[in-house]
Amino acid sequence: MTTVSSASPGLSGDGRSKNRLYGPLPDVQEEAGYDSDHPARVGFFTDTSVCIGCKACEVACKEWNLLPMDDAHGTRDVIGLSGMSYDNTGQLGANSWRHVAFIEQSRSVDLPMPSFPPAPDATSRQDAGNAPDDTAPGDSVTSAMTSVLNAESLSQFDPQTGHSGDREIRWLMSSDVCKHCTHAGCLDVCPTGALFRTEFGTVVVQQDICNGCGYCVPACPYGVIDQRKGDGRVFKCTLCYDRTLDGLQPACATACPTQSIQFGNLDELQARADARLATLKSQGVQTARLYGRDEDDGVGGAGAFFLLLDEPEVYGLPPDPVVTTRDLPAMWKSAGAAAAMIVGVALSAVLGSRRS
Amino acid sequence: MNSDCIVIEGSNMAECHPVAFQWVTEAKARGAKVVHIDPRFTRTSAIADLHVPLRAGSDIAFLGGLINFVLANDLYFRDYVVAYTNAAALVQERFRDAEDLDGLFSGFDPDTNTYDQASWQYEREEGRDGVSEDDPARADRQEELSQEYSVKQADQAQTSGSGGPPIHGKPKRDETLQHPRSVFQILKRHFARYTPEKVAEVCGIEPEVFLKVAEWVTANSGRDRTTAWVYSVGWTQHTVGAQYIRTAAILQALLGNMGRPGGGILALRGHASIQGSTDIPTLFNLLPGYLAMPHAAQHETLDDYVADAAGVAGFWGNKRAYMVSLLKAWWGDAATPENDFAFDYMPRINGDHSSYRSVADMIQGKVGGYFLVGENPTVGHANGRMQRFGLANLEWLVVRDLQMIESATFWKDGPEIETGEMVTEQIATEVFFMPAASHAEKDGTFTQTQRLLQWRHKAVEPPADARSDLWFYYHLGRILRDRLKDSTDPRDRPLLDLTWDYPLEGETRDPSAAAVLREINGVGPDGRALSGYLELKDDGSTSSGCWIYSGVYADEVNQAARRKPGREQGPVAAEWGWAWPYNRRILYNRASADPDGKPWSDRKKYVWWDEQAGRWVSTGDNPDFEATKPPSYEPPPGAKAQDALSGRDPFVMQGDGKAWLFAPKGVTDGPLPTHYEPAESPVKNALYDGVQSNPTMEHIKGPWNREHGSASDVFPYVFTTYRLTEHHTAGGMSRTLPYLSELQPEFFVEVSPQLAAERGLVNAGWATLVTARAAIEARVLVTERMRPIRTASGVVHQIGVPYHWGERGISTGDSANDLLPVVMDPNTHIQESKAATCDIRPGRRPRGPGLVTFLEEYRQRAGLPTGLVPVGARGTVEG
Repeated sequence: MTTVSSASPGLSGDGRSKNRLYGPLPDVQEEAGYDSDHPARVGFFTDTSVCIGCKACEVACKEWNLLPMDDAHGTRDVIGLSGMSYDNTGQLGANSWRHVAFIEQSRSVDLPMPSFPPAPDATSRQDAGNAPDDTAPGDSVTSAMTSVLNAESLSQFDPQTGHSGDREIRWLMSSDVCKHCTHAGCLDVCPTGALFRTEFGTVVVQQDICNGCGYCVPACPYGVIDQRKGDGRVFKCTLCYDRTLDGLQPACATACPTQSIQFGNLDELQARADARLATLKSQGVQTARLYGRDEDDGVGGAGAFFLLLDEPEVYGLPPDPVVTTRDLPAMWKSAGAAAAMIVGVALSAVLGSRRS
Repeated sequence: MNSDCIVIEGSNMAECHPVAFQWVTEAKARGAKVVHIDPRFTRTSAIADLHVPLRAGSDIAFLGGLINFVLANDLYFRDYVVAYTNAAALVQERFRDAEDLDGLFSGFDPDTNTYDQASWQYEREEGRDGVSEDDPARADRQEELSQEYSVKQADQAQTSGSGGPPIHGKPKRDETLQHPRSVFQILKRHFARYTPEKVAEVCGIEPEVFLKVAEWVTANSGRDRTTAWVYSVGWTQHTVGAQYIRTAAILQALLGNMGRPGGGILALRGHASIQGSTDIPTLFNLLPGYLAMPHAAQHETLDDYVADAAGVAGFWGNKRAYMVSLLKAWWGDAATPENDFAFDYMPRINGDHSSYRSVADMIQGKVGGYFLVGENPTVGHANGRMQRFGLANLEWLVVRDLQMIESATFWKDGPEIETGEMVTEQIATEVFFMPAASHAEKDGTFTQTQRLLQWRHKAVEPPADARSDLWFYYHLGRILRDRLKDSTDPRDRPLLDLTWDYPLEGETRDPSAAAVLREINGVGPDGRALSGYLELKDDGSTSSGCWIYSGVYADEVNQAARRKPGREQGPVAAEWGWAWPYNRRILYNRASADPDGKPWSDRKKYVWWDEQAGRWVSTGDNPDFEATKPPSYEPPPGAKAQDALSGRDPFVMQGDGKAWLFAPKGVTDGPLPTHYEPAESPVKNALYDGVQSNPTMEHIKGPWNREHGSASDVFPYVFTTYRLTEHHTAGGMSRTLPYLSELQPEFFVEVSPQLAAERGLVNAGWATLVTARAAIEARVLVTERMRPIRTASGVVHQIGVPYHWGERGISTGDSANDLLPVVMDPNTHIQESKAATCDIRPGRRPRGPGLVTFLEEYRQRAGLPTGLVPVGARGTVEG
């Protein structure tokens, strides 16, 4: 077993480390400075097409990691109904490291039957994932819940859909989690070394080192990592580093009853996901897609990736995430040039003033 | 997992049984079609191939439509139906169907609202050949007594056990199925009006959707393919609940889906050992192994008790051996042939003592004490108000639970304290709260849906004073026995003579659960554990605490504790745990082979007759048939019990060895299921003018239980209660936990956008639901998953109401069950909680005494009798 340094080997100045900030990486652990005999990179494949929204993953995660209760806005030790379908978790945050999103969609179908008085806004798809407002009931609750329209999946509700009488209804569920990016912006910007790349290729915060500077929070392209109010430090999924070290699966994957959350070596998961996608496509589920699987994407591929049944935006995921540190070298170059120019301008001003 | 099509109806399997749902997911991955039939679009619907949003309470119409579709289009599995069902049996001439009598079957007595089942019986063959009667006169006398009102009230017919009611004599048969009085033709006529159009009208669905289900189900049934039906309390909690299941049984028998891999009707049991609590029952009218509780009017002696089974064909014919072994297990050496094996020690029942009737008796002051063990009835049972009034009129109440639940604190913080209908100082009930150990803190077994017993080991000691139920009852019995040890009163003998000698373990002195399991298994004359119920004798030489569990300790090994992983054994995985009876994983699996003993098809091969070996063999299961009884076996004259069934009779617990399309006896409300509306329904029965709802349903009358009847203008909306994944039933195990409370933090109801517009309801706003029983407030979720139903009499709006909440815990709210009336299925005394009517209005409910007047105004407007109760409600039962 490789020994684990408390500081990120990626920042330790190891000669082999190239500290690349963008693009595919064949061996993320080696890049981070581990010897070549490190364990395989592990991750999650979350297949949302079999998720039943039971939230066992959320509970198992909180139990194992001893996270506090919170409401849909992340407020600690407070509970309350969000009004957003069955989602009362709301978002990933310092207190919720798994979040099951619930997205309700519907549309009319043409059945040769007398139809019903249409809902006030019957033709639009609705995303119940919007907070309620005080709209008068007459002008419709549905319109208060604005739609995430998506022409592609509107025309191709797939067999995953329930045909519920003259309405076609789809209730998407997806368990979101930290992506454990190949290029992790949070880790790149961490000044203390609290965030580090583990020998399993995952990204973990060390709570005893984090000083609560919060730089990592805006650095995450997914909005995952979050400061705990009243504590100041940041918290996020560790992919159950403690369990992984003991050869156990993460708590969420262990609890998942339908194998929607699969844990394993990343390359095996990727092969499994490709096969699953092919199966679904062959069954006519044209809207199925993998998210975070592509190593050419903006984060160099994710350690936790997903099979989705609609556009990522529908699930509240960014369509094209890019590691926020991608342009850092260029930025420093520009910043250097700008600084030089400022110095030049200042100098010329001073010199010029002397001259006058 | 082996199914080609899975129909989930009356169950929200993914939400309420997520662990079992993994097998549906697996079947689906293998290509099975999954259909979800439910008024609501739920998390189960979300991953089904098809969701059918039928109106709550219309399932018999839907299933009846499928039966008609199968019969009218000759899609039934003819070889199976002729050989393995009672389709060919002839019914007596005097039988009249509900279709002939506008909704009533022959034999109805309007004075008692019960049936005399005599006219439903088979036309017997001349004489009683083939079956012997040890004592025909006594059997006939039992038959007569079984129709007495007090006996019927106690459901003796229903408790005839896993064998079904005894059938004496063989029916006449017409193998061509053409005789007009054959079961097959009766069935055809009975369901002829259940056309796709009629189904559409009653259920409020499109005929195309019905036909799609019909097509999938029939295409996936037959020799090569099987379809499974899955239900839970969405079927049982109706005034016609038992008949829902009967309808499915008829359909599955016609399609040949019983006793075969991937087939069957799967009753999902709600909690870890709910199956166990019916096998070794907590029910007033059952003894372990579905032996009936003796009745005072019917069973004076052991001979009376077993007379109905004496000489009956099938394994039920050995009832005497089962009962004597039970008596030996309980009273050991004190049970002798001379004292009828202590049969007189057994308490007798004299009528209906079911849960709701007992609560009514409490209100009348007839019940002194009450044990609530893992039950929170003021939240979890229908009509929580009635429950609280009952508890308030006890002398003492013992509550054993993990948490301080609402049923233990109703006297200080129940809703009636706030309204003034109860006054703490006037409640005489002395409440004892005993903290209970959780499942991780005690040894024992769970018996789950598949009849599988699984042993669990104690992981940690229970905290503080918390103790296991086994500890509680053992030491309670020990203390009582100790107090009575010098008694000479004969009435104390049953307690003093009990075998109460379990080894004690650990610092808490828990009785050994393994020793109890071994006692349940039973021992033979040599003191060794028996290997199964076939070894049980009626001479007192064997004992068994539950005959169907006999074998769980075979070879002195705790078979329930076996945990050989599935990957290390065959597809049946028979070495994981132990399933009753005889570790059988599919019941009646003789039906997986044709009458000659050959598999119906290679694809569905399971149990078959091996001619060379001269025995039944299987792909890994234990054949549900005598191992060496060949398909060609015919019972000789005078044969008894299982020997009286032929080698072609797979349903070995039935007196005729057949699956019953028509129930000549035993179902209280009719030999065939027929559509009745729920007790409270906005819709007129589209099938019968004369009968709106089940004519035999049970009512309890009192000011706290006013029923709306049908088509009430004041209560125009249908509501249905249910559970959510995030909470556990009445909430004692979930509302008290932060990680579950935060996931569903508040009581909410689900309404369609149309209803929201009609009543001015706003998503995440407040609404008040009102019935003649209660008014409660909830947050609103507006969702298209709820769908208005169009029927002949207009649009029916349905409201979804999860029932987990009460006033205690982290997540609190009003209790949905307060809305419900107590109106019951006569077979089971189960309340109708899946369909009732209510009103809904925006905003919060009145509080305090204002709530009482608010409700009384509603009742007056609806033309109902008053619902006002004197403080404490003592003696307010009206009938």
